[in-house]
Amino acid sequence: MIIKGLLPMSIEHRDDTGARFGMWLFLYTEVILFSGLFILYSVGLAKFPQQFAEASHKLNIYFGTINTLVLLTSSLTIALAITAIQKNKIKLTLNLCFVTIFLAIVFLINKYFEWSAEIGHGIYPGSEHLAEMGPGITAFFNLYYFTAGLHGFHILIGGTLIAVVATLIAKGKVTSDRYTLLENSALYWHLVDLVWIFLFPLYYLIL
Amino acid sequence: MTNEPLKYTGFYSESPRPGILGWLLSTDHKRIGIMYLVCIVTMFLVAMCLGLALRLELIAPGPTIMGPQTYNATFTVHGIIMIFLFIIPSIPAAFGNLVLPIQIGARDVSFPKLNLLSWYCYIIGGILAVISIFAGGGAPDTGWTFYVPFSTQTTTNVNLAVTGALMLGFSSMLTGINFVTTIHRLRAEGMGWGRLPMFVWTLYSTAWIQILATPMLGITLILIVLERVFGAGLFDAARGGDPILYQHLFWIYSHPAVYIMILPGMGVISEIIPTFSRKPLFGYWAMAFSSLAIAFAGSLVWAHHMYASGMSDFAILVFSFLTFIVAIPSAIKVFNWVSTLYKGSIQLAPPMLHALAFIFNFAIGGLGGLALGAAASDIHLHDTTFVVGHFHYTMFGGTGFAFFAALHYWLPKFTGRMYNHKIAVISWGLVFVGFNVTYMAMQAVGVQGMPRRYYDYLPEFMPLNVVSTVGSWVLAIGLVMMFVNLWNGIRRGHPVGKNPWGSATLEWTIPSPPPMENFGEEDPIVTKGPYDYKGVVADEY
Repeated sequence: MIIKGLLPMSIEHRDDTGARFGMWLFLYTEVILFSGLFILYSVGLAKFPQQFAEASHKLNIYFGTINTLVLLTSSLTIALAITAIQKNKIKLTLNLCFVTIFLAIVFLINKYFEWSAEIGHGIYPGSEHLAEMGPGITAFFNLYYFTAGLHGFHILIGGTLIAVVATLIAKGKVTSDRYTLLENSALYWHLVDLVWIFLFPLYYLIL
Repeated sequence: MTNEPLKYTGFYSESPRPGILGWLLSTDHKRIGIMYLVCIVTMFLVAMCLGLALRLELIAPGPTIMGPQTYNATFTVHGIIMIFLFIIPSIPAAFGNLVLPIQIGARDVSFPKLNLLSWYCYIIGGILAVISIFAGGGAPDTGWTFYVPFSTQTTTNVNLAVTGALMLGFSSMLTGINFVTTIHRLRAEGMGWGRLPMFVWTLYSTAWIQILATPMLGITLILIVLERVFGAGLFDAARGGDPILYQHLFWIYSHPAVYIMILPGMGVISEIIPTFSRKPLFGYWAMAFSSLAIAFAGSLVWAHHMYASGMSDFAILVFSFLTFIVAIPSAIKVFNWVSTLYKGSIQLAPPMLHALAFIFNFAIGGLGGLALGAAASDIHLHDTTFVVGHFHYTMFGGTGFAFFAALHYWLPKFTGRMYNHKIAVISWGLVFVGFNVTYMAMQAVGVQGMPRRYYDYLPEFMPLNVVSTVGSWVLAIGLVMMFVNLWNGIRRGHPVGKNPWGSATLEWTIPSPPPMENFGEEDPIVTKGPYDYKGVVADEY
C-alpha cells in the first residue's frame, strides 16, 4: 500500500555546511589511510638510512618535478573553477574543470613513462633484480611503488569525480547558488595534491 | 498473542516505492536500520552455529567432529563473521540508524544516500566473506587477525576474506562520518548537547573512532592483498620488511575497534537502566565525557596485544600503563549505573534483566582485562583460552547482551507489537546461565595453561572443557528460545502504544511503528532532558 500525497516526501533538505563538514571528515580518513604508509616509510628510514638514500638517487628527479608542477597547476585551475561558478561564468567553470582533468591525465601519462623506465631496469615489487640489491633498497622501492600507486589511484578517482561534476554543471544541476559538490570535489583534489607534496620530497629530494 | 492487524503501520506502508524495491532503494533511516538488523541477526545465527561446532570439537581430546584444518577454518570464519559482520555493525548500524535520528528530533541522517551506500558496502563485504568460505582454495585459516607471515603465504581464500573486511570497514567508516555530521547539524530546536540521550553520546564517540581508526585497517588490509599479489616482502624481514609492524598497524585499528563494539552497548544500557529505575541517569556529564575518554584513551593502547611479540620492555611499560587508564572511565560508567539503580523504582522487565546481566558480565570481563593488561600476568595468560574467555565476556557478555537488551527494548517501538514477557525472562535466564558456565570454564582452563586455537589438548584439561561445551548448549537453547519469542512477538504480539516502558526520550513520543518522516509536519521542539520522567506515563499493553 502506498499513500501518495500524504507525506511531505518532497521537502528538500539542504545543508551545505553539513555537506562540507562531512567532506572534511572524509578527507581526514584519507590522511589516516596514507599515514599507514608514512609510518612504514619512517620505520624503514630509521632502519636503513644509507640504503634509502642510495635508492632515492636511482629515482628520476625530472619526472617527479614535472609532476609536482602539473599537480600544483591543476589545484590552481580547480580553485579558479570555484570562483568562476560563484560568478556564474558556467563556460569558464567548465573549461577550468577540463584543464584540471587534462592535467590529471598528463600526471598519469608521466607516471606511466617513469614507471616503465624503472620496470625496464628490473626494479619493481617482487623482482629478482631488486631482491639482489639488499633489504634496504627493496623496502624503499616496495614503499615507493605502493604509496605512489595508491596516490595514482586517487588521481584517477579525483579526475573521474571532477568529470562527473562537470557533467552536472553542463546539465545545470550544479549552479552558482548550489555548488557544494564542486567545492567538495575540489577539496578532494587539493588533498590528492597535498599527499603528493609530502611524497615528492620524501622519495625524491631529502635523501 | 493475537492475530488482530495493527491499526497503524507507519513507515512499513508509507513508501514512495512499492514492494522489495521500496526497501532496497530506500534512503529512510528506519528501513535501512531494519535491513541491517535482519542481516546482522542472520549473520549472528550462522556464526553461532560455527561457535557451537568449535565447542563440540573441544568436548574431548583428539579429533571429535573435525580435523585440524577444518578447525582452523571454523574459528577463523567464526571470528570474521562475529567481529566484522555482527558486533561492529550490530548496535551502531542497526539501532543507531533506527533510533539516532529520532532521538535528536531529526527526520533522517545528514546523508541518506550515503547511508544506503554503507548498507550496500556491508552486503558486498558479507557476500565476499561468505564466498571465501566455499570457493577456491578453501576457507581462510589465519584467525580473524590475518597475522603475517602466515596470511601472506597460506593458499586459502585470504584475498577474498580480506577484501570483504575492507568493504565492511568502508561501510563502518561512512556510517561514522554520517553520524558525526548528523549529530552536529540536525539536532532539533532545544536539543542542546546537555539534552542528548546517552545513547547518542556513545554513538558520537563511536563514530569518531570509526573515522579515526578504520582507514588504518583499510591500508593494512590493502597491504596484505598487495603482498599476496606481488610478493614484495613488505612484512618479510629478509627483504627489508618487518612482521611486527603488521601487528602494530593491525592493532592501531583493531584495538580501538573493540571500543566501537562496546561503547554503543554502554549507551543502550544507559538508556534502559534509568527507564526501568524511573530515575534520572546518575552523573550525566560524567557519563558523556567518560564515553569520549574511553574513545580517546582506547586509541592509545593497541600494543597491549603484543607483549609477547618481542617489543621493548619500555614500550610494554608504557602500553600497560595506558591500558590501566582505560579502566577509569569504564569504572565510572559501572558505578554510575549502580548509583542510578540506588533507591530507584526498579522494574525487572526483559530489557532491564539483559541490562543488569550486562553490568555483571562486563565487570568480570573488565577485571579480566586488567589481568591481561598487566605485563607480568599477561606473559602467563598470553594465547591461552583465558584470552578467549575474557574477550567473550566483554564482547558477548557486554555488547551481545546490550544487543539483546536493545532488541527487547526497541523492537516493540519499531514493530508496534510486544513479545511474550514470561518466555523472554526464561530465555534470558538460560542465556545468562549458559553464557557464564561456557566462558567461566574457558577462562579457568586458560589459567591452567590450555592454549587457544588448537583442536586438540592434553587430557587433564578435559573436565572444564566438558563443562564449557555443556554450557554452550544451554546458551544455544536460550538464544533460540529468545529469537523465536521475539519473532512470534513481531508476527502476532499484542499491539503497543507510543510508550510501553514509560521512557522520556523523543522516540517514545511518536507512534509505534514511527511514521515515514518521524515527526509529521511540524519539527519537534525539545523542552526537557532525556531522563526527566516527570509526567511521563507508560502505556498499558
